[in-house]
Amino acid sequence: MSAADWRRAMNTGAAARLPTRSLPTQPSVVVGSDQSAPTTVRWLEFLRRELSVRHWVILVGVLIYPFVASPFFTYQIGAQALALGLIALSLTLLAGYGGMVSLAQMTVAGLAGYLVAIFGHSAATTISFNWPWGVAVLFALALAVAFATAVGWLSVRTEGIYTIMITLAIGVALFYFAQQNYTLFNGHQGFNQVFPPSVGDVDFRGPVPFYYLALACALLGYFFVKHLVRTPFGVALQGIRDNPRRMHALGFNVTAHRVAAYAVAGLLAAVGGVLITWYNNRISPGSMGLGVMINILVIAVLGGIKHPIGAFVGAIVFVLLQNFAIDLVARERFNLVIGGVFLVIVLFSPDGLLGLWAMVRSRFGPQSPNTNQRRHP
Amino acid sequence: MSRFAKWFWSLVIGGPLAIFIVWAISENPRLFFVTLLNGLTLASLYFIVAAGFTLVFGLMRNVNLAHGSLYLLGAYSGWVVGDATGSWLLAVATGFATAAVLGLLMQVLVFRWMQGQDLRQTLVTIGLSIVLADVMLWIFGGEIYTFDPPSWIYGSTVLPVVEKYPTYRIVVLLVSLAIGLALWWLLARTRVGAMIRAGVDDRGMLAASGVNVQLVFALTFAIGAGLAGLAGVVGGTALSIAPGEDTRYLLASLMVVIVGGMGSVVGAAIGALLIGLAEQFGLAYAPTYGVVFTFVIMVLALAFRPRGIMGRAA
Repeated sequence: MSAADWRRAMNTGAAARLPTRSLPTQPSVVVGSDQSAPTTVRWLEFLRRELSVRHWVILVGVLIYPFVASPFFTYQIGAQALALGLIALSLTLLAGYGGMVSLAQMTVAGLAGYLVAIFGHSAATTISFNWPWGVAVLFALALAVAFATAVGWLSVRTEGIYTIMITLAIGVALFYFAQQNYTLFNGHQGFNQVFPPSVGDVDFRGPVPFYYLALACALLGYFFVKHLVRTPFGVALQGIRDNPRRMHALGFNVTAHRVAAYAVAGLLAAVGGVLITWYNNRISPGSMGLGVMINILVIAVLGGIKHPIGAFVGAIVFVLLQNFAIDLVARERFNLVIGGVFLVIVLFSPDGLLGLWAMVRSRFGPQSPNTNQRRHP
Repeated sequence: MSRFAKWFWSLVIGGPLAIFIVWAISENPRLFFVTLLNGLTLASLYFIVAAGFTLVFGLMRNVNLAHGSLYLLGAYSGWVVGDATGSWLLAVATGFATAAVLGLLMQVLVFRWMQGQDLRQTLVTIGLSIVLADVMLWIFGGEIYTFDPPSWIYGSTVLPVVEKYPTYRIVVLLVSLAIGLALWWLLARTRVGAMIRAGVDDRGMLAASGVNVQLVFALTFAIGAGLAGLAGVVGGTALSIAPGEDTRYLLASLMVVIVGGMGSVVGAAIGALLIGLAEQFGLAYAPTYGVVFTFVIMVLALAFRPRGIMGRAA
């Protein structure tokens, strides 16, 4: 029986003689998606829908922060947290949305920092190429992304804990290589006097300009990640995280998506690495050693590995603890404090601080009628 | 792999290796054999540490990144007891016991409630390793501690080509052989060993057959941790104990287990041989970049044979 015959049979039977509900002939118009309105109005409608009071408060707060805080808080706490948060954001993208926990993000960041020092200006005049800062940064980012893609290509055949181990091995291997190589990486001491540039009147070595530079990069990275996870690529990546076999059966190239995710995360980490190098004015093998690699994981998990903002929340907590551990315990016991906090978070709130916050809100806030546990904001 | 491919790869890897061996022996035979013996003793140390690690992972899918801290804890506690009593054997026993007890507590108090959440368990072990490392740094400080082995294994023995070689290192080799045999006997000839092997293959079926799986887990974790603590005292006598040693042995056991295959004690032995020999030969013949060799081996192994040499599909 053909489809037309079937339809005819259905439509002449008893069911066809019942009064039918007339469907609207036009598709219903979703509020705010009036296609005839100008783009700016559509954007404003989108913003009004998506952003709430707390988003505006945070945005304004973060923009006026240097004017209400001391230079120490702006630079040591604010800028450092933003740069570390950007590196942790790359891990959040890979781990939270891609399901691949890579410990090599700090390695990519460190490599980018090294390349900025090698291509640009530093105290090691025999090695540095002394290219203009724009060219140096561009080449550093490009090469770091290439390295991240290579790391991704090597790691993509592994899953779960094996990914942690291979990225750990790659990271430690590069650490030892940088420590032993004197012709290019300047061995144990690394590069000093790697300063941020001056653009026109603005000297980015100052705390406030550097804070705004870090803030701009962090905001760009954050909104980029939030946008990326809603694109077809991002949704496919989350699908691969949840069920790679099904995605493969659907025809998606799982390996290509994963390697591309490593490349994108590598770009974020590279930008963060350049910022951290400019923040410290130096780069050495210790900047990408095992301890720092684990710190990035700690930061990402602390805030909440499934949310982009978690990376920055974790970075702020980490930097605050690092600077004020002396008031809590002794100064040398910082590792104990951060390790203890990390342990408590992982044991009692696997989704990090944001998970704790969500738990508190659901306990004490107004009960929403539709609570979808699996919704990732 | 086809027969042709097998021959091809054996030639590509074995050829340069054979050429290198012939050259090294003709150039400086003593250096070659000393390095060989050093590699074997280091491999035996790595085997003891990695055997515990691979048992824990194979059975419980728990990558215990606090394994290095257990090594260091066993070493320090053994040192305290050895210093107080003057007996090295008692120090070894204490090292084993302390680490085993801590491992047991970790499994029963923490990991038991996170069964199946691999990433969370790994993160907890990372947190534990950070905390343990800092606590030990706090208590014992940054100095290097050394052990005094008993007089009957002190000194050096005379061997054919290398003339003199530290007796203690030969003892390490023999100890690890003994431990390897003991592990084989435990796994292959006892009921508990059969349960462990069954659990490595299929944990669900083991539970379904009525075995008290949590008891087996706790026992395995205790044995694995105890082996790390024992290796701490044994290794601390050969080399020495200092705060960085925990990460060093953790990385070593990771590499050994990855190359050899998770969950396989034989794989741990093969991996330990490869990694130990590569490390020592790299140090002796290519001092600048020798330390990178072992990582390169691990990266290649993971990239092209992710399960390891003796590993089975997860």
